[in-house]
Formats: sequence, structure tokens, C-alpha cells
Amino acid sequence: MIRFLLDDRLVETARPAGTVVLDVIRYDEARTGTKIGCREGDCGACTVLVGELREGRLEYRSMTSCLLALASVHGKHVVTVEGLTMPGLSPVQRAMVDAHGTQCGFCTPGFVVSLTGCCLSREPVTATSAVRAIDGNICRCTGYHSIVRAAHQVVERLARKDIADPVAWSVAHGLLPDWFLGVADRLRAIAPAPSASGTTDLGGGTDLYVQRHDTMTHADLRPRADDPALRGIRQEGDECVVGGACVVTDLLESPILRAHFPRLEPHLLLVSSTPIRNMGTVAGNFVNASPIGDLTAIFLALGGVLTLRDPSGAGRTLPLERFFTGYRQLARRADEVVESVRFPLPGPQTHFGFEKVSKRTYLDIASVNTAARIELDGDRIVAARLSAGGVAPVPLLLGATASALIGRPLSPATLRDALPIAQREIAPISDARGSSEYKRLLLQQLLRAHFLTWFPERFAPESFA
Amino acid sequence: MTLGDPIGHVTGASLYLDDLRPLAGTLHALACDAPTAHARLRRVEVASAAALPGVVRVILAADIPGENQIGGIVPDEPLLASDVIHFWGMPVAIVVAESEEIARAARALIVYEYDELEVITDPRVARERGELIVPPRTFRIGDVDAAWAQCRHVFEGRADTNGQEHLYIETQGAYAVPTEQGGLRVSSSTQGPTAVQRTIARVLGVPMHRIEVDVTRLGGGFGGKEDQASAWAAIAALASHLTGRPVKLSLHRMDDMRMTGKRHPYSSDFRIGLSEDLRILAYEAVFHQNAGAAADLSPAVLERTLFHATNSYFVPNVRATAWSCRTHLPPNTAFRGFGGPQGMFVIESAIALAAARLGVPARAIQERNLLAEGDTFPYGQVATRVHARATWQHADRAFDLARMEQEVAAFNAGSRTHVRGMALMPICFGISFTNTPMNQARALVHVYQDGSVGVSTGAVEMGQGVNRKLVQIAASAFSIAPERVRIETTNTTRVANTSPSAASATADLNGKALELACDAVRLRLREKAARMLGADWQQVSLVDEVVHVGGVPTDLGWKALVHAAQWDRVNLSESAHYATPEIHFDKATEKGHPFAYHVYGTAAVVATVDRVRGTYVLDSVRLVHDFGQTLDAAVDLGQVEGGLVQGLGWMTLEEVVYDERGRLRSNALSTYKVPDVHSVPRELVVEALATDGHPLAIRRGKAVGEPPLMYGIGAYFAIQNAVRAARPDAVLVFDAPFTPEKVLMALYDAPEVSPVGDAPRGSSGTSASAVPRG
Ligand SMILES: Cc1cc2nc3c(=O)[nH]c(=O)nc-3n(C[C@H](O)[C@H](O)[C@H](O)COP(=O)(O)OP(=O)(O)OC[C@H]3O[C@@H](n4cnc5c(N)ncnc54)[C@H](O)[C@@H]3O)c2cc1C
Ligand code: FES
Ligand code: FES
Repeated sequence: MIRFLLDDRLVETARPAGTVVLDVIRYDEARTGTKIGCREGDCGACTVLVGELREGRLEYRSMTSCLLALASVHGKHVVTVEGLTMPGLSPVQRAMVDAHGTQCGFCTPGFVVSLTGCCLSREPVTATSAVRAIDGNICRCTGYHSIVRAAHQVVERLARKDIADPVAWSVAHGLLPDWFLGVADRLRAIAPAPSASGTTDLGGGTDLYVQRHDTMTHADLRPRADDPALRGIRQEGDECVVGGACVVTDLLESPILRAHFPRLEPHLLLVSSTPIRNMGTVAGNFVNASPIGDLTAIFLALGGVLTLRDPSGAGRTLPLERFFTGYRQLARRADEVVESVRFPLPGPQTHFGFEKVSKRTYLDIASVNTAARIELDGDRIVAARLSAGGVAPVPLLLGATASALIGRPLSPATLRDALPIAQREIAPISDARGSSEYKRLLLQQLLRAHFLTWFPERFAPESFA
Repeated sequence: MTLGDPIGHVTGASLYLDDLRPLAGTLHALACDAPTAHARLRRVEVASAAALPGVVRVILAADIPGENQIGGIVPDEPLLASDVIHFWGMPVAIVVAESEEIARAARALIVYEYDELEVITDPRVARERGELIVPPRTFRIGDVDAAWAQCRHVFEGRADTNGQEHLYIETQGAYAVPTEQGGLRVSSSTQGPTAVQRTIARVLGVPMHRIEVDVTRLGGGFGGKEDQASAWAAIAALASHLTGRPVKLSLHRMDDMRMTGKRHPYSSDFRIGLSEDLRILAYEAVFHQNAGAAADLSPAVLERTLFHATNSYFVPNVRATAWSCRTHLPPNTAFRGFGGPQGMFVIESAIALAAARLGVPARAIQERNLLAEGDTFPYGQVATRVHARATWQHADRAFDLARMEQEVAAFNAGSRTHVRGMALMPICFGISFTNTPMNQARALVHVYQDGSVGVSTGAVEMGQGVNRKLVQIAASAFSIAPERVRIETTNTTRVANTSPSAASATADLNGKALELACDAVRLRLREKAARMLGADWQQVSLVDEVVHVGGVPTDLGWKALVHAAQWDRVNLSESAHYATPEIHFDKATEKGHPFAYHVYGTAAVVATVDRVRGTYVLDSVRLVHDFGQTLDAAVDLGQVEGGLVQGLGWMTLEEVVYDERGRLRSNALSTYKVPDVHSVPRELVVEALATDGHPLAIRRGKAVGEPPLMYGIGAYFAIQNAVRAARPDAVLVFDAPFTPEKVLMALYDAPEVSPVGDAPRGSSGTSASAVPRG
């Protein structure tokens, strides 16, 4: 029996734990404000907020309920547009009406929920963060400008938000109904779920559920996202350890990563969308074994080493590049969990970059992606790791290309000599994300782009001609 | 004051098809297709599907009681394939089950045996094989063959535009409920309730009066639910008819994308001739429309391509021929612009090519040839109240086009990593259904005895704001508060024989009919007030809910007047009919006056290309649009912004990909990308051209649904100009959309791959058919 709060109501359901929350909301609970546009996380019409107690504090994140398993919301608070609706309109709803941010209205509840989620975060609300909050919501009618105008109105009204206790502040300012004040206590009263012993590890479900709802409904699930052993990002000496159940948003918010990677935000905002970043885990990105996983590309270049643990408690480590053995094949036994990934933190002479090009810049899977990490000693490259996705059946570490850089001076000539080697390491195929010729050209350009970004003077685009 | 639906939308209270509470006993229908685009069916084995617990019935073509035919213009489209499968996604069977999940499980158990036939996806190949939907049509004016000799410059080339998925966020669906005496009440997500009613009656073999079709609102349509909603409503109705139970059907997104048609891809050839001073003297175009496997609305779309072949320009000698080619794609259909954008892209390509070859900016040719008052279109209509040059000049004044060009040049001189391009896009779009008989509408208005008002028309609300406009028309006709007016669902039993909500003409046609209906009731109310007040009825007016006599307010208010009229047996209801005057068209001569009026505009689009990565952003779109006397500025602005962004998407990201077997590869939102909040222009300026509007437009406010889409075409040429600035020798290709892939491939030569070394060969082919996601 799974128990959670749906808006102001305790729901107890005997549905299979693999059922998606969307269906329970719409068809069992008859709350039809949450819409279905795609059932694969790509439109945001089904967005809900999920609140959970983290270190005693109630925190909300937006998620796409079409990919959200019931198993993932036990003991949590699921908020739909109906739960945000009070006798008068909330400031978010008011702004969407006043700015004419709704036409056919089908996408609108999703936008309202996403914008409200932004207001409930522990970050100040800015024009940038408000627009980012709706980066997973597709509207086919308005062309977005009116919605952005609405978002800006919301920002003006919420400029003075109390980020220490956004829920209480929001209730006081008419953004949320007052029953929200009792939610934390009501969640504490729900007994934890008995630890599941299923056979299918479940992270955020953003890979497992895509185009596979019917099988997933009846899958024997082992939810991993809330396992404390798999959560958290910590520093151990010169290394950083990232829990396998960390979601992309956790990476974005990590003080350690922020301190070491000045371009963390622009890099990670290229990964999926706000609600998917709130769900998709690091381990899920590795284990789904996609040849174009963005986090995979990043951790390959960083020098990630996995810690895998079996049910007996025995652990082993494995460099990430040895994890991928063939198309969607892994060096992992079915019962091993990805507990964490560790990597050496960058030093002052380290340069790190991530490049991704897709048809649509945001909320799209890469045609090609690549990450690169080099260490310099003066003018010489002393270490290099380059990864490439979308150009082979597995995510690649471009070992030979990197070798051609190591020990050589940092110069366009060095790069020029290395690039043809990359072309021999890859074997792209033509598909909906581009022809093989394009992917070859694109990887060449993105490898150049790493250097151009690090050293704009030395690697001017003309030097590529 | 908030009119219409927005409050329901932001609170989640607005109801769409799938939100209707199912009645007890409701079944779920699922359309089943075979994995082939063209095949002769030998056998369909449904026994194991039918035996699955929870499956109530599996329906095949032979079970259809009426005609197995849903074609509107041409009867060439079976609802269910019986002998030949014509496209990948064509329904062969319908599973009816207790739940959707069971229906999906059953679908997987159906076995199809068939012999594959040749698959054609290219319209040019179809034309060679004589596979035509209708005979080709040609519009001509002047003598094009003689004109070439007078031209100083002649250029020819080819231009292609890809299709476009509608991607209404609400997928297609219908809910059929048996009533009594063999009747069915069908809720449908359709732009054309009458088309749905007619189609169901035909498939079931019953008179139309047995079928009631009701539409509350659509979660987007854009043309995709004009003709193509009928199949899904017919399937639900058929299943309900055969089982006697309510049946619901709401398409899964991937079924919707695979099984429904899209904007027509076109492949065209052009030839353009100019004088020394850049006047276009002659233009010839041959359009190959990829109609897909059945006619659907293709002949009408084809016609509009011809009507808009010369866009906003006057060309004295034109010959434009259009071929509607039958291929094995899903039947392509209406999509905002309805063939017009495809025609305009070709002449803009011709101008761009001529400009590049002559070394002049395209805008010099564009500006030189803009339509003027009294010019004749190739279809014989004389252009009047022309605003082509006025919008252009307004844009020049407001945006300073020369300065914009200088800024682009300055940017390009100063950046090593990025390069910018600019393009202008004038538009001219004709308003009316080009099929003249469709330009009629009806409205039914009830003034209830408490003074509230109910309005029914044939208009379907799908986000275009027509309900808001209808509220304002009724409220201002009676001079009452908008809150007193309620727009009812669109229902075939209240308003019959309607044209679909399409062609941007919905508010014009239904609004005019509503005005007529309100006028009739208002007249009777004024007469009643005159009797009550002992005044001459011509002196009586209604102002802000108060009866005035000779301009002076009286004590008689709206509610009291209505109440008194009811008890005096005055008819407080009216049904009115409107037919657009003046328009006509003769298909034998291809001449006439098909449009009530034209809408004009000019846009300036600026794009910046990342010359290393091949990606781009749209910096700005600044445009001047001919709204006329806008009836609702907020609604109209929303239509411009939304239409524009759809046009930009069509020209940039949106790529419909079929493989050579006719299978859709861009078959989900993960592989078909529409604009998101980050891909729209950073800056968007919309200026209204000041005019007194047009008398045939509803309250002189011009139709606004479709025309703005075509501003998006400017994005193609802005990106192309940026590419040319980066690489002057880049080959000029006119093949939309201009994806980042095409940009990068135009900027660089492909890297050489020397086969030395032990390159790891991927197990290629593993994902050749399954597109892996993240
Ligand atoms: C709309 C959308 C956009 C996306 N965009 C991107 C993108 O831009 N870039 C990108 O890289 N990906 C993208 N993805 C893919 C997906 O979000 C990521 O791969 C994500 O990291 C998967 O994590 P998850 O926790 O949701 O995985 P799940 O679906 O929960 O699991 C994936 C696999 O990992 C296994 N697994 C999960 N956790 C563990 C564990 N701790 N130990 C062992 N096995 C485990 C599961 O059993 C399953 O086999 C997108 C997905 C969607 C739906
Ligand atoms: S339905 Fe589209 S994201 Fe969930
Ligand atoms: S308002 Fe129609 S999809 Fe956004």
C-alpha cells in the first residue's frame, strides 16, 4: 500500500508500485488539471511538484508525473494545479491571465506548476531562474513571449521572498493555500515504505519509463533514489565522491562542484530540463548505457571511477570507461548497484569543458557531445582525457586522441595533428539526430571548441581553417 | 475583467476531451496498424487478441455497417484497410477493450500477413509514375514564354520545404455515447464538427440526424483537426455502435504522430526573370506537393499554394503549375497557412538566388516589386486596399532597416566566432475559404428571461480566442456586461451544416452571423421598449444596460426590458445565417475574386550563427502587421506571436523524417523538436499598421490566425545570409528547415577519414531502426 499526500488529501493506493503518478491523479483521483501531452517527459503538461522532507525541511521540486512511479512518492507530497487553486487566483495564475500567457490552455497548468515550483525554491527568484523553471514546458500556441512576460510579473511580485522558509512565506503571500502549513507534520506521520527488494533498480525513471509504461507498471521495482548510502556529494582529500542517486539538480546546487567548476551551470543546463534534472540520477545515466548520455561524457573525461556494490555488501571499483562493453551492454552484474562515482577534483592547471550540440539547444538529446579535461605544465599538455558521445555504439573515451596531445605544446598545430586521430576512433551511424558525416564534422568542431573556449586568443577559429 | 477561458485554464478547470468523466461501462478503442507503408494484405489474424480477457471486440473493415470511406473532397480513403495498406500507420483493425492497457496488450497480439509493394515517398517520383491525387492545375497571367526574352537576368533553381507536425499538445480523440433510437452523441476534439458528423453517418450508414457532435474546446488544432479528427471520431462511433457501449479513444502521442498527416512537404522548381532595374518580369513555378496516400484536403491546399505563389509581389507574367502527388506517407492535411507558406518560400528562394547572383541585397528586389493598388493577381482578382508597401515603409521607419544592416555588418567585422545575417519577409495572405461555398456560417443566440445570454455558433475554440471575440460581439450588440454572455459548446444539433474552424475566417464568418442574430433580437427589444415608453423605436437605444430614448437614459434597465419582453411574447432567440458577399471563383478559367480581402505585413529577422558549432540563435524579429481595427488587441498579438514561432520552427528545428520504407523516424517529442522557451527570438517587436480595416472583416478587425506564420520564412534567409557572410562560396541551397546540421555542413567541408589504424568499428546497424534516446 503506497501512501502519499495528493494536494490536501491522503491517498492510499493498492495500485502496482510501478504505476505512473499521472494516471492515479487523473483517472483514480479525477484531478484532470494535470494534462497528458507525450507521456515521455518531453512536454511538461503533466508537471507536478513533489515535496519531501530533507533534513527536516520541506522541499519541493517539479517533476513530470508521466515518468514518476508511485514507488517514488511514498511519504511525499504531490501537488497538482488543483492544489494550488484557491478562491482567488494565486499571483502565478493571475500573471498568466494578465499577460495572456494562455491560449488553448492545454499546456497552462504545467506552466503554472513549474513557475510555482520556482517560487518555492530556496533560491531567490530572478528573471533567469523563472524562465529556467519553464524550460521543460512546451507550448505550441503562444510562442512563449506572453508566458515570459507572465514570469517577469511573478518575479516582480516575489522579489522579497524569504528563502529561509519559502513555504510559510508563500502561504502568507497568497501563493499557496494555508493547509500547506500542516503538510510537513502530515508527511512525518506516514510510515516509511518497507524496504523494497525488487529486481529492477529505479532511479528517477526518466529512462526506464520512456516508451515502456506498460511493462514498467508491473515491474518488480527497487527504488534507489531515496537510499541515503547513494545520496550526497562530498569531498575526500583531492577527490570528489558523488552518490549514484544524486540528480542533476543536486550537482547544480553542490557547493563543492560550484567551487571547482566555474561553468557548471551552463554545462548542466544543457542536460534535459528542470523537471527531468530533478528526477534523473547520475547512476541512471551510466546504467542506461546510452551512447550519448551527457553525464556519462562528463564523468568519463573527469576520470570517474565507479563504486559498485552487490547485495552481500561487497563492493568493487571500476573506471567508468571500462563499464561500457558494447551497445547497451555493461560490465555490471544485474544485482550490483552503482553506489557512487569518484573523480580527482581539478587543480589550478586543469581545464575542463563540456560541449553538446543537438537540433534544439535545450531539452534535446545530443547529436554529438564531448567533455575534455587537460592539465598543463606551463605551455605543455601533461594530461588529457577526451570523451565523445553519439559517435559509436558506446560512450567513448578518445584514448589515442588524448595520447596525441600529451607531452605536446599547447598549440593549434598540436590540435591539428590530433584531430584526424579522433576521426579514426569513432564510427558514427546516420539516424534521426544526424548523418554520420555530420557527426564526424561536428565532433571535430566540438573538440576545437574546447580549446577555443579555454584559450580564445591562441585557438582563434581561423586557426581551424 | 477577464473574458472567456483563461481562469479555467490557469486553475486546471477547463475541460478537454480526455477530461470528460467516463460513464460506467465505458470501453476504450485502439487503432491497430501493420509495420509497412505499402502492402497487399493477405490475412489479419485477430483470434488471440480477441481472446485476451477484457477485450470486448476486434473490428475489421468487413464489420463496417455503412461505407468504409472517410475521404472528404475525394472518396479515396478507407477508414480501415481491407485489401491494401497505403501508408505506415493506416488503421487495419480496432481493438475495443475494458481498458487502454488491455487494448494495447491485445494490439501486440494481432498478426498481419501481407506482401510488400513498392513504397514511394518522393513526390517527384510519384509524378513520374502518374500517381496523382487530382489533375494538375495552372494559374497564369500575361505571357510568360514571351516574357523571358525581355528579361535582362533569368535564374532557375529548386526549392524544397519539409513537412511539419502539428503537435497540438492535446492529441486527437473522441468519446462516443449511445443515446436512444440508434443515436450517438460524440464528443470530439475537432475543428470540423459537421465533417465528423457526416463521416460517422457515412461509416455507420445512418442519417446525419442520428449523430450529435459536441465540441467544448481543443488543446490546439492548427489545421490538424480540421479533416483528420474525423477518422478517430468514426472509430469511436463505430466501436460504440457495434458494442452498444460508450467508447473512448484518446491517441497516444506516438500513435498520433505516426498515424496522422502533417503539413505537406513540397519540392518545387522555379525560374525568375528580372529587368535591368530589378523588376520581376516573369516567374514560373512547378510545385510538387507530397499529398501522402489519400486526398484529404490536399486539392484545397494545392490551390492555396497557387494563390500565394507570388506572395506580396506584382509579377506581370506568371505561370504556376501544381501537382498533387500520391505517395505512401500518411495523408497530409491542413496546417496553418494551408499551402500558402510553401508557395511563398519558393518565390522568396527565387529572389534570394537572383540577389546572390546579381550581388544585390534581396531586399532591393523585394521592395522594388511590392504590390500596388490596382495590380492584378495571377488569379484575376484586382488588389484593393493594398498595404504591402505601407507595412514595408512603416518597418523601414520604425526599425531603420539600413541601420539594422549596418549593425549586422559591424557585428560580423568584429566577431571571429559568430556571424550574423538578416532578412526581410513581406507577406500577403488572402482571407476566405478558397472553396467559395464554404464561406457561410450560422449563429444561434438566446436572451434568457433573466437577461443572461447564451450563444452558439459553428466556431470551435482552440486557443485562437474566438470565444472571447464572440463574447465581445454579443455584449456590445446588446450593450451589456460581458459576464452576461456565455459561449456554449459547438454542437451540431444547435448549429448545423457548419464549415470547419479554419482559413482564419472563423471569427469573421461566425462573428458576422452572430451580429445578425443579435441585431434581430435587439430590434425586437427596442420595439418593445418603445411600446413601454411610448417612444418611437428608432429613438430607442441600449447603452450600458439602460434603455435610452433620444440619447437620454430612462429608468428602464436591460433586465426589466428582457423580462417584460418575455411576458409580452417577444421572441428572444434568433438563428442567423451569414454568407460572405462578393467572392467567386471559376476553376475552369482559374480566374475570379476568391478572397474577401488580403492581410499584409513585413518582418525583419536577424539570426546569429556560431561558426564553430553550426548552431544559431534568432536575435530578433521586428514586424509590422496589418490588423485592421483590431477587435481584441491581446488576442491578436497572441496570434501573431504564436503563428510566427510556428513558422520559425518550421524553418529551423522542426524536421519530419521518414525513412525510405515510409516509416516515420521523428515519431515522438524526443525526436521531433518544436520551439521551446529558449529557441524563440530574443527580441520580438510587433507594430500595428494604422488603417481603417476592411468592411468584410468582423468589425473591421482583420483575420489574424494564419498570416503571421509566414513571417517565419524570413528565418531561413537570415540564417542563409549569415552562412554566406561566413563562407561567401557556400553553395546556395533552398531546402528548409535550416537545421544546425545543414548550417555546419554548409560552413565546412567534411573531415577526411584516413582508414589507417585500428579504428573500432561500431556494431553498426544495432540502432539503425531504433533511435536510442539519452
Ligand atoms: C525528456 C527527457 C530528456 C532527457 N534529456 C537528457 C539529456 O539531455 N542528456 C542525457 O544525458 N540524458 C537525458 N535524458 C535521459 C535521462 O534523463 C538520463 O539518462 C538520466 O540520468 C537517467 O536517470 P534515472 O535515474 O532517471 O534513470 P532510471 O530510468 O531510473 O534508470 C535507468 C537505468 O539505470 C538503472 N539504475 C538506476 N539507478 C541505479 C543505481 N543506483 N544502480 C544501478 N542501476 C541503476 C535502472 O535500472 C535502469 O536500467 C532525458 C530523459 C528525458 C525523459
Ligand atoms: S506528458 Fe509530456 S511530460 Fe509528461
Ligand atoms: S496555450 Fe496551447 S499549448 Fe500552450
